[in-house]
Amino acid sequence: MTTARTAVPTNAPLLEARALSFHRRDEPVFGSLNFRLHTGELALIEGDNGSGKTTLMRILAGLLHLDEGELLWRGQRLQRDQCIGDILFLGHQLGLKADLTPLENLRLAVGLHGCREHVTVASVLNEIGLGGYEDEPVRQLSAGQKKRVALARLLLLPATLWLLDEPYANLDRTGIALVNRLLEEHLVRGGAALVTSHGAVSFHGGEPQRIRMSA
Amino acid sequence: MNPPGLVGACTAMLRRDLTLAWRRRGDIAMPVLYALIVTMLFPFALGPEDTLLQRIAGGVVLVTVLLAMLLALDAMFSSDIEDGSLEQLVLAPQPLALMLVMKILAHWLTTALPLIVIAPLLAGMLHLPVQVMPVLVLALVLSTPMLSLLGAILVALTAGTRRSGMLLALMLLPLCVPVVIFAAGAVAAAQQGLPWLAPVAWLGAALVLLLVLAPLACAAALRIALDA
Repeated sequence: MTTARTAVPTNAPLLEARALSFHRRDEPVFGSLNFRLHTGELALIEGDNGSGKTTLMRILAGLLHLDEGELLWRGQRLQRDQCIGDILFLGHQLGLKADLTPLENLRLAVGLHGCREHVTVASVLNEIGLGGYEDEPVRQLSAGQKKRVALARLLLLPATLWLLDEPYANLDRTGIALVNRLLEEHLVRGGAALVTSHGAVSFHGGEPQRIRMSA
Repeated sequence: MNPPGLVGACTAMLRRDLTLAWRRRGDIAMPVLYALIVTMLFPFALGPEDTLLQRIAGGVVLVTVLLAMLLALDAMFSSDIEDGSLEQLVLAPQPLALMLVMKILAHWLTTALPLIVIAPLLAGMLHLPVQVMPVLVLALVLSTPMLSLLGAILVALTAGTRRSGMLLALMLLPLCVPVVIFAAGAVAAAQQGLPWLAPVAWLGAALVLLLVLAPLACAAALRIALDA
């Protein structure tokens, strides 16, 4: 799905962070972070509340400006316009319009990012267990169902790197299993993912990398 | 896998915002009713004197439309920031400024266009001569997008602040002075039978300038608002 970039060493990690740190009003949010994420790998970001997990996610997504350190994308200095369609960020705010139906919400996402092959908005809604809710305004869905609509983006949009901030929040047991399945399929396809969570990840493809956040 | 074309993305954006506006169509009627009531107050306050009302009609309609637009301006980006839609828009592969043009266009279509449609009615209530109406509508067609664009910059700048409504009015209204001068100038000139093309041309030129610069400023301001 991803366009092959020419003249890039094949063993270069998809995303590499070197001595990443972030300050908010001169207070360090997190200290020096180093990690490498290859395609087909999952990394869990662990840390207490307030340890800067979300901040790190927002930096990686390109929403926050990087203070210090270096980010490399496929072995080269990360340039936002080169990788912007390749990174999919799912944050605490789901980015759904309460007055629109799941179908309409996802149609905009597809309009902006494009769509994977062999999937449609309707088929994805069925797959995440929201068949029958296509024409219900999002405001009338439960918190877990809203989360599922946001997760449908993972199935719909073409992206190599998933940045998932608390993807398990508000989900029931089948929802958690769904996220785990989506993650596994994504990694098998050659994708990579960074996930913050408090332990609901169950992963069969080997032990995921753990990134520990500390101030 | 290439991202979808710009035209497709623009259509998707415009379609979403128009659908949203249609879901809350009560909000569209609000500025229109406001403008109607404010215009109605003038004859009550000043007395039903034809010559006086005729003289002030153009200016009153312009200022009323401006104030009515101000009512709806506040909401331009606030819900997008609250629910995270703006984050997703910033992270989309399309240029943010272009997507914001679509948002501003949708906002103009849903707030300014209804006001332009009832403007002849408002002016008629103040006895503006019928032959001046086309000039008034033309002046509004050129000046209301400027208010939307200027407003969008300021809304983006005040995005993070609470109670931004009043602040917005205080910042926007001074910037609108040239727009009001030229728009009212065109209407006044037409009323006196003088050539009115020059002020209208100025409005057009300013609109083109703003159309190019405002979305860029707006995009930069919103990026800063998110980077906090």
